[in-house]
Amino acid sequence: MLRDERVFLMGEDIADPFGSAYKVTLGLSPEFGTDRVRQTPISELGFVGAGVGAALTGMRPVVELMYIDFSMLAMDQIVNQAAKIRYMSGGQAEVPLVIRTQGGLGRSSAAHHAQSLEAWFVHLPGMLVAMPSTPYDAKGLLKTAIRLNDPVMFIEHKLLYNTEGPVPEEEYTIPFGVADVKREGTDCTVVATSMTVLKALQAAEMLKKEGISVEVVDPRTLFPLDIETIIQSVRKTSRLIVAHESPERGGFAAEVIAQIADKAFGYIDAPIQRVCAPSVPTPFARHLEDFITADETKIADRVRSLVRGEI
Amino acid sequence: MSDEIKEGPPEDLTREQLLGMYRRMRLIRGFENRAKEHFEAGEIAGFLHLSQGQEAVPVGTCTALRQDDYITSTHRGHGDVIAKGCDVKYMFAELYGRTTGYCKGKGGSMHIADFSQGIIGATGIVGGSVPTAPGIALSIKMRGTDQVVACFFGDGATAGGGFHEALNLSSLWQVPIIFVCQNNLYALSHPWEKTAYKCELSYRVSTYNIPAECVDGMDALAVYRAARKAVDRARAGGGPSFIEAKTYRFLGHYVGDPGLYMPPEEREAWRKRDAILKLGRQLRAWGCLTEEEDAQIAADVDAELEGAIAFAQSSPLPPPEDALTDVYVHFDYLGNPLDEGEQR
Repeated sequence: MLRDERVFLMGEDIADPFGSAYKVTLGLSPEFGTDRVRQTPISELGFVGAGVGAALTGMRPVVELMYIDFSMLAMDQIVNQAAKIRYMSGGQAEVPLVIRTQGGLGRSSAAHHAQSLEAWFVHLPGMLVAMPSTPYDAKGLLKTAIRLNDPVMFIEHKLLYNTEGPVPEEEYTIPFGVADVKREGTDCTVVATSMTVLKALQAAEMLKKEGISVEVVDPRTLFPLDIETIIQSVRKTSRLIVAHESPERGGFAAEVIAQIADKAFGYIDAPIQRVCAPSVPTPFARHLEDFITADETKIADRVRSLVRGEI
Repeated sequence: MSDEIKEGPPEDLTREQLLGMYRRMRLIRGFENRAKEHFEAGEIAGFLHLSQGQEAVPVGTCTALRQDDYITSTHRGHGDVIAKGCDVKYMFAELYGRTTGYCKGKGGSMHIADFSQGIIGATGIVGGSVPTAPGIALSIKMRGTDQVVACFFGDGATAGGGFHEALNLSSLWQVPIIFVCQNNLYALSHPWEKTAYKCELSYRVSTYNIPAECVDGMDALAVYRAARKAVDRARAGGGPSFIEAKTYRFLGHYVGDPGLYMPPEEREAWRKRDAILKLGRQLRAWGCLTEEEDAQIAADVDAELEGAIAFAQSSPLPPPEDALTDVYVHFDYLGNPLDEGEQR
C-alpha cells in the first residue's frame, strides 16, 4: 500500500478498532485511511463484485472474505466474472484482484466457518490459488499476489495466525508456482498444504526417532502447481502421500496424484495415499472435529505403514 | 401538431448529434436483422438474444456519455455496445467466431467487450454485471477522474440480490454510476407483473436514496434527457442515479423463441410505438431530416452492414490452439510462467 496507491482493502469489519475477525488488518485504517481500508456492509456479492469492477478499471483491490465459507455468497462474481472475463474478452481484460480469506479446522467452528474449499478454486480456469503455511511465505506470496495482474484466491488458515517464524523486515517476494521443500528426507514424500504442512513436519519429527526419513513438500501455490519439485522428491523417496484438511473426494490431493501417476509413475514403488478429511461436513464438537482432521498422528501412521510395506 | 413534435428537440443537441442518434438506432436494428438472418442460415452459432424495440434506451443513454466513460451490458447487449461505439465489423466477426472479432471468437454474441472504449463487457449471467459496475464507479472516484459508468440490465435482474447490494453500496459510497433498467416487460417468458408485486421500480429504488426516474423507453430523447441529468449529476460528484426505461422486446427471448407468452395485441401496440419511427417523424417535422437524407442513411447503414458481414465471413477462423490462450496474464493455461513478451 505504501508502494502503490492503487492498492486498497475492502471487506467486512476490517477497520480499526476491530481490525478484522482475525486482526489481519489491525492498524491499517489509521495509517491509510478508511477510503483505502474500506469497511463494507455484510454484502459479499456486492463488495466482491465491486472488487472485480475496480480491478478491471485501474485499481488493485485486496478484498477480504472473513471466512472462505462466505465465498459462496459471491460465487458468481468470483467464478463467472473475475476468473473468466480475461478469456471471454479475448485477452483484453486484466483482473489484478486478490481475494484474501481464511479457512480451516481447529476451533470448533462447525461447517459454516471451517471449510477448506481450495479445490473448487483450483478447478477454476482463470484463477490462481495460494495457501501459505509459514509467516515468511505469507508475506512473500501476498506481495506477489497483489502485484500480479491475474485474480488470486489467497487462502490463509485460522490457526496459522498464531504461529511464529522469521520474517525479514525488508522487501522480498515469492514467485507463484515454486514449491518449497520444508524438510528433506529419503523414505517417503508427504505433500501437504497450509496448516497440514505443520502437521506433516511434526509427523516427520516423530518418525525420525523410528528411523524413517520423511520429505515434506509444500506447494505454496496450488495453481500454478510446481509438480516438478514433487516429481523430483518422489524420484528420491519412491513413496507419496498427499495430506490436507479438506474432504478427500475430489480434493486437491487427487489432482497431485493424477499428475504423478501421469508423469512419474515409474518412480513410485508403493500405493499412493491420501490423508485428508473424510467427505463429511465439518462437525462442531472438538472430539468429532479432531477425528476428521488430518493430524500428525494420522500422517505418521500412514507413512509408517507405507514404509513398512503394510499397505 | 402532436405532442411528440410540439416538444421540440433537446436544446443541447446539435442536428448532427440528433442524426447520429437516429443513424445509430437504425444501425442496431439493421445489425440485429442481419444477424438473425445469418443465424437462421446456420452461419452463426450459439445463442442470439435480440433487442429489437429497445434501441432508444442505449442510444439515448450513450448520447449523454463520453468516449472515456464506461458501460456494462447484458446477454441482450448488441444495442448497448453499438450505442457506446462498437464497430459492427468486429461485432459480426465475433458472432462468426473469427480472430478479428472483438473477443477473438472467445465471447460471441453475449459477451462483446471493447475495453478501449470503456465497454467492460456483456455478461451471460442475468444481473451479473450489476454488482461489478459500482466497483468501476468506485475506481473512478478513487482515481479522481470525472468519468461515469452506465450499468445496463433488464427487469429480470431486479429480483436478484446482487441488484439490491449494488444499489446499497452505490448509495453508501456516492459513486458516479447510472443504473439503466431496460424494462422490456419480460424476463425471458416471465412477465414483469409477476416479478415484483405492485412495483413502481423508481419508487423502490428511491428508498435507497438514489434519484430515480421512470421514462418512456420508446422515446430516445426522453431517455437522453434523463441520462443527461444523471450523468451531469454523477460527474459533479452527486453520486448514483437510476433510470427505468419502459420498453419492449419485439421478438422472443432468443432467435427460435416465438414469444407465445406475449399477447399478439400487446406486441402490435408496442410495434406501433417503434422508437426509430418516432425519432424519424420528429426529425422530419423539425426540419432536421429530409426524405432524401433518410433514404441515404438507410443506404449507408445497409452498406456498412454488408461490408461488416463480408469482413466477418472473409476473416480467418482462430487456430484451434487459440482455445488455450488468454486465460492468465502471467501464466499459460497449465500454469507455466509466460515471459513479458508472450504474456497474452
